[in-house]
Amino acid sequence: MADKTDLARQFIQAIPHAKELGMVLEEIGDGTACISMPYDEKLIGDPQSGVIAGGAVSALMDTCCGAAVMCHPDAPGGTATIDLRIDYMRGATPGQSITTRATCHHITRSVAFVRAVASDDDTDRPVATASGAFTVESGF
Amino acid sequence: MNRPRPEPIQVVKQRRDAALNALLDSVPYIRFLNVTFDRRGDELTAQLNFSDKHIGNPFLPAIHGGVTAAFLEITATVSLNWSQIWSSIENGALDPEDMAKGILPRQPKTIDFSVDYLRSGLPRDAYARATISRAGRRYASVHVEAWQDHKDKLFAQATGHFLMPQDKAAKS
Repeated sequence: MADKTDLARQFIQAIPHAKELGMVLEEIGDGTACISMPYDEKLIGDPQSGVIAGGAVSALMDTCCGAAVMCHPDAPGGTATIDLRIDYMRGATPGQSITTRATCHHITRSVAFVRAVASDDDTDRPVATASGAFTVESGF
Repeated sequence: MNRPRPEPIQVVKQRRDAALNALLDSVPYIRFLNVTFDRRGDELTAQLNFSDKHIGNPFLPAIHGGVTAAFLEITATVSLNWSQIWSSIENGALDPEDMAKGILPRQPKTIDFSVDYLRSGLPRDAYARATISRAGRRYASVHVEAWQDHKDKLFAQATGHFLMPQDKAAKS
């Protein structure tokens, strides 16, 4: 089991776009993953407020949901997104990093179902939530 | 009978392109992802200019699902914003020079965004167009389609809902 988590960790840490966004894998294992992304001015989507672009939050959500699938005990290998829906509750506070926790709450031979929540320093008020379906693949 | 003489083509193009460029240049994330727009009249086509930093799965390789989502969301937001300000650009209420200095109308805010991944994103440029299904005073619904090689073989599509910027004067 530790091997699978290690593989998933290595895979996530090798994603070029995740590195580009400065994502840090905080926790992974047993169908749950936690990834943080530091605030960066190049990710600003609204120049008037300095709030991070929704797209950058989507990339964080997608990566974290994929990581949750890959480290699920019943997942044989890699995964790809089938669909991902994101609800944006509020703009993330400029200057604060965003942390996402994703859980693969159900998995079949073909499909993995995932939920995720993203927040900044104020963890009581989520910035965004996501729910998605992912493929279940035998290899990477 | 006395129809005013149409503006010269250069004037029209310069105004519209300057306004669009000001809108795009103001957003760091659009530059970071290297998304550009082609304009034909008021119609926009977004282009994701491929780079290795867009890769999500280095073994295939394939574009990161998050990049696809971000690209579609940028297309939706810019297209919606553009359609809202088009008439103000045309009638002179918005000056492209002021826009370039950062005097910009407020952007619509994303409420939710749902992406449908139809095939894996190949390591090359991608294109997208948005259709504004409805733009009301408070809410808008936008559909986006994205393709790479064949226009009718989409690799992703998305639907999103947006909160329109509220004009302060409209409140009273």
